[in-house]
Amino acid sequence: MKQSLIYLLLFAIGVILALFGWIPEALLKDDISKWILYGLLFFVGIQIGSSKNMFTAVKRFGFKIALVPIATTVGTFAGVAIISMLLPERSLSDCLSVGAGFAYYSLSSILISEFRGAELGTIALLANIMREFIVLIFTPWMVKYFGKLSPICAGGATTMDTTLPIITKYSGSDYVVVALFHGMIIDFSVPLWVSFFLSL
Amino acid sequence: MLNIILIILSGVVVGYFVRKIPQVKYVGTIISMIIMLLLFFLGVSVGANEQVVKNFSSIGFDALIITLGGTLGTVLCAWFVYKRFFKRKDKKS
Repeated sequence: MKQSLIYLLLFAIGVILALFGWIPEALLKDDISKWILYGLLFFVGIQIGSSKNMFTAVKRFGFKIALVPIATTVGTFAGVAIISMLLPERSLSDCLSVGAGFAYYSLSSILISEFRGAELGTIALLANIMREFIVLIFTPWMVKYFGKLSPICAGGATTMDTTLPIITKYSGSDYVVVALFHGMIIDFSVPLWVSFFLSL
Repeated sequence: MLNIILIILSGVVVGYFVRKIPQVKYVGTIISMIIMLLLFFLGVSVGANEQVVKNFSSIGFDALIITLGGTLGTVLCAWFVYKRFFKRKDKKS
């Protein structure tokens, strides 16, 4: 939660500085940021490759555990596809690329703004931050009416870090491994899905 | 897109081989610092883009709609998987 606020604050400071024209022209050229982004993706890969929780989770729940990230992906894409009909000025693939952020707002917004510009990038940032906040606020209610997996699927890529404490509290400690496994798989899939939808 | 996949996969391979090195725990810190830098620059390009600034409220609304659709769809799918595959096991144990 604290980290999301810091991210949001830095974004806001950037907006304000640029609005008042306090940013030197040289910084507005964005060919550097592509290389920084590639560096970021490489480090994200290292983080995935060096984590150990994956295999213990699979051993404990068996194949069923794979259904959880599948439910997240299918449900999100279906929901976004249906609701995109309310937004006729946005293409289906743009909406899906925003949805494919799975609450991983930092990476998805940066990828999207690199390839589609600041407007869709900002939508991705806001939409995916909102998704994280929805989970942080509504988890007790979700568990009560939709079962213990619902906050895990809704939490998307954040279930291995920021939303893990609240999921543990309401879904129970049995589901910690599910949340970790799920977060890792979704985390890994975010850049793949986002760049897939952007390439359509 | 191929670039992106190759870069991540090479990271995964490197990560697998360096996973026993204790310094690998700093990777998370490096990631959040790069993200902070890039989000600051995203903010800058938003602030410098009149089109985005002018339409900020409709952009926020679109974001909300997309997120509500995605989250609702996901919660319903999760409900189905939970009832069908997970709930019984919970009761037994």
